[in-house]
Amino acid sequence: MITAAFLTLLSHWRRHPFQLLAIVAGLALSTGLWSAVQAINAEARASYARAASQLGQAQADQLVAGDGVIPLDTYVALRRAGWRLAPVLEGRIKLGTQSIDLMGIDLLNPPPVALLSEETGEEDEASDISLSLLPPGQLFLHPDTAASFPPVERTPRIVVSPNVPRGTAIADISLASRLLQRPDTLDRLVILPEQSSDLPPLEQLASALTRISAQTAGSATARLTDSFHLNLTAFGLLSFAVGLFIVQGSIGLGLKHRRGLFRTLRSLGVPLRTLAGLLVAELALIALGAGGLGLLIGYGVAAALLPDVSATLSGLYGASVEGSLTLRPVWVLSGLGMALAGTALAGARALFSLWTMPVLAAPATSARGQQTARSFRLTALAGFLMMSAGCATLWMFDGLVAGFAFLGGLMLGAALLLPQALSMLLRLGARSARGPLAEWVWADSRAQLPGLSLALMALLLALATNIGVGTMTSSFRLTFTGWLDQRLAAEFYITLNSDQQGTDFAAWAETQPDVRPLPIRWHEIRHREAPLRIYGVVDDPTYRDNWPILRALPGVWDQVAAGQGILINEQLARRHEYAPGDTLTLAPDWSAPIAGIYSDYGNPNGQAIVALPDLLHRAPDIPNRQFGVRIPPERSADFISSVRQRFDIKTESIRDQATIKARSLAIFDRTFVVTEALNLLTLGVASFAMLTSLLTLWGQRLPQLAPVWAMGVTRARLARIDILRSLLLAGLTACLALPLGLALAWALLDVINVAAFGWQLPMYLFPLDWLRLFLLALLAAALAALIPARKLSRLSPSHLLKVFANER
Amino acid sequence: MNDKPLPILAAVLLTLGLTLAPMLLRAQGFAGLGTKAEGFAIPEPGTVLSFPRDHGPHPDFRIEWWYLTANLQDADGQDYGIQWTLFRSALAPGERSGWDSPQIWMGHAGLTTERQHHFAERLARGGIGQAGITADPFSAWIDDWHMRGTGVGIDQLSLRASGMEFSYNLQLSADTPLVLHGADGYSVKSASGQASYYYSQPGYRIEGQLMLPSGPVAVTGHGWLDREWSSQPLDEDQTGWDWFSLTFDSGEKLMGFVLRGAGGDFTSGTWITADGSPRALPDGAFSAQPLDYSSVAGRSVPTRWQISLPEQELSATVEALNPQSWMGTAFPYWEGPVRVSGSHNGRGYLEMTGYEPDE
Repeated sequence: MITAAFLTLLSHWRRHPFQLLAIVAGLALSTGLWSAVQAINAEARASYARAASQLGQAQADQLVAGDGVIPLDTYVALRRAGWRLAPVLEGRIKLGTQSIDLMGIDLLNPPPVALLSEETGEEDEASDISLSLLPPGQLFLHPDTAASFPPVERTPRIVVSPNVPRGTAIADISLASRLLQRPDTLDRLVILPEQSSDLPPLEQLASALTRISAQTAGSATARLTDSFHLNLTAFGLLSFAVGLFIVQGSIGLGLKHRRGLFRTLRSLGVPLRTLAGLLVAELALIALGAGGLGLLIGYGVAAALLPDVSATLSGLYGASVEGSLTLRPVWVLSGLGMALAGTALAGARALFSLWTMPVLAAPATSARGQQTARSFRLTALAGFLMMSAGCATLWMFDGLVAGFAFLGGLMLGAALLLPQALSMLLRLGARSARGPLAEWVWADSRAQLPGLSLALMALLLALATNIGVGTMTSSFRLTFTGWLDQRLAAEFYITLNSDQQGTDFAAWAETQPDVRPLPIRWHEIRHREAPLRIYGVVDDPTYRDNWPILRALPGVWDQVAAGQGILINEQLARRHEYAPGDTLTLAPDWSAPIAGIYSDYGNPNGQAIVALPDLLHRAPDIPNRQFGVRIPPERSADFISSVRQRFDIKTESIRDQATIKARSLAIFDRTFVVTEALNLLTLGVASFAMLTSLLTLWGQRLPQLAPVWAMGVTRARLARIDILRSLLLAGLTACLALPLGLALAWALLDVINVAAFGWQLPMYLFPLDWLRLFLLALLAAALAALIPARKLSRLSPSHLLKVFANER
Repeated sequence: MNDKPLPILAAVLLTLGLTLAPMLLRAQGFAGLGTKAEGFAIPEPGTVLSFPRDHGPHPDFRIEWWYLTANLQDADGQDYGIQWTLFRSALAPGERSGWDSPQIWMGHAGLTTERQHHFAERLARGGIGQAGITADPFSAWIDDWHMRGTGVGIDQLSLRASGMEFSYNLQLSADTPLVLHGADGYSVKSASGQASYYYSQPGYRIEGQLMLPSGPVAVTGHGWLDREWSSQPLDEDQTGWDWFSLTFDSGEKLMGFVLRGAGGDFTSGTWITADGSPRALPDGAFSAQPLDYSSVAGRSVPTRWQISLPEQELSATVEALNPQSWMGTAFPYWEGPVRVSGSHNGRGYLEMTGYEPDE
């Protein structure tokens, strides 16, 4: 009997494939987006963990020197005092024609002596540590990195290994010290986790070194990347919620349509418990199938987006995430779990109504009245409370989490307020109604609100997110473009092969008419346990005219030129709450007032600008190879060719401003591909939710339409009215979404951005984008209404007549 | 600044290094000791050892060690054993200063009680001062571990090592002569002629302090220092050895080893009289038969032996104080204190290498 009953239940879907499609599509879409986000997050986290655990340094503190360099003798002295440390030497080397970051580590420390070998394919050779320890030595590169370097016949030998981070070369410290010509200095000492118990304190042994706790070292980036992942998760959850609206609608529809069937089955002796159990089994089956499909979608979406995500993360935060996706149990299980939980949530109400349905009750047609109005008011109250709580959080707390709490409260609260708001708007509209038909349309729209409210909430959220995120990215892009124009003022940029060549170039360029070379020289120090790059600039109108200053004391460039002021970037100022006029100490004997603060987008680290002579006085040996060149544009082609003749440099060493800008913008755009893709997908899901809600309502609406039809309104006209109503509701929702979206944009720009990136962006408004979105919402609503409307216009009169026969 | 053509790309390398997959030197024989001695010096018979020069390192030979073991007792008569070893392993002959030095130093320290066995390992390369040896005044060190001469040559030593959960500080002194093994220090290790230079100071009296997880313990006892260097001490088919250094209650001492090989075992040793005169034992004179095996670190390792040396009418049982005296270091081996009973009674140390994990 159970089998027969189950098959009978399932037969419904054969006759109504569209309903099945809606459930499966809704679940698959929402699971897909959710698991895509989870897959991306899991991949990124695994990448960070891999990076951090390399050398076992995940939780390791480090020692660095105030002036950046640790004498080798200091390291040896610490070792001989019993401290177990791993030395690290870093720098940049030429490999063939390109440069690459090199990290030198002591392959003997930490023991056990270990490296790389297993996956190199040249096991015997690569695993022989003596090849690394003895000259000529070995350079280890990731296969992808190695592929981007032209094969060169040269020593040291290059060994490829997937265990090496991309874009970096690793070598034993002996080779690194030879390549970097630094036999006596180190950059960092990693404090290994296993230490003897009775060690003399480090402060006594090496007072010149600063201990950076693992948390400090990694936390800035960890916090930043966390915010990004939180952001993605929020998006994923939003898409999932929107998708659930579809599922809820479709499940309800599937059960409502089968009420007759249930009645028959119950009459034939199937116990309620069995029936409910079968329905649960059926839903679970569908959920698993759809969840599986969703995982496939999720994998596809994640694989497609991951390269962009990794570009975003490395661009914004400097965190490296590898571009390939692995199937991880974390997100597979989380995806399937969400599909099941979502189905349970969406099906609960429908199952409950089945449970409480009397065996022989007729399908309900009760008009919605007082009860609905009250539930709207309650929902609205809850929404208002959530919004207030969100605002209160923002008012009371600072930082990223408060920002997200505010956003959450605002968005959910607004969604809950929507039905009441729409209801009030429709009531207002009803006052303007002329004639009975118009009054009926307004009243009927309100009557439909409960059924449509979930879909409309989804639409509201999707539209607001689109407006908010769109405003944020567009504002950012506009600001960024302007900033690039200011920052990249020189006509072209040139990199010479050596410091000597640099000096020669500068001397020669000075003698050329109308040419001003601007040396680009910097020195990197650590300031309050974070890297700080100090640039030395010459006094040139280029800076005075173009530099993107945010706040400054009067005569800022005069002060900098006179060595009496320092310019710092916005990130540094925000991080330590520096303001113009404060005194900044760069080294024990080097303090100066902060003369101004400039914007510096896309840079995770602090930066400062001082007069070049000042910098050279402190760091005489900094490289002198890069220059910006100011020149009247019409002369630049001639100048470039004479530079090429005079100095033997490669084509790619000279880059003109336009190329650099174009590349920067391309990278910027790529950064936000993920956001926009998720944005569009969410909107798509919301439209789909509208469609299924309208289809669900369709079955219930016949009893209300039949009398109107009977009074002489044609089916075609009813269909047009239906489309119109759908447009009306979507339009109203879109109008309400606008202020919500702008509030979201404000929160993203002024709260989230500042907390996550360290820079504030001005907000620009883009009304044309809103118009586009508004039209898109209307289009979605029209499309969603089209199928039910077509059905209505083609409905045979007998069906409408049946309403009177059946329902009474 | 202007040089930041791709400001968005201002990426910081977070990653610190590599995923360090297990990699040991590919052992040929045990710990590479059977590897061909290309470019390295070879021990020659007839070479006269000279001190204090030969207390120092011989960088032209591939491997070398300063190997001290001691049997200690506390006031209650409780037995302890300690090991302090500095291995030198050259990747190429000779020495160079700085990171390019081909000399690799490896320190092993062990502390064994009846129930516990602690060990620690240190690695360093020569050339930067982190580890090394000077002959006169004698000093051997790696990180904060040291074996330092406080008198003439190696007669008086100060010894220190520490690990995560133990450390020891001991004072050693000896008034017996150095013992040259084999033919005046030329010790043959296989039938095909592999050999090493090998001498010992087996007569240290020791006092000092052990630091155990349970607290400090004052101890006294006897110690034995082995010095050995070579370039290919094992034949290619020799896979390991069982090495005994025993001090009997009579004051006599025995160093005996069995080199296990596919082509049969090779035994050798030295009988040392109470006044310190050595007598080299030819192949076959000394024998050792396992009596009981213990399961140690996934291996079956003999921890009770029957030894015999008919020419001294010696027939005794050697039993590990703690059968789990496993040195889980990069080259793993068994090293621990033993008790001797039978025709001769006493204490000593046992070292066993080349026992492969059970399948």
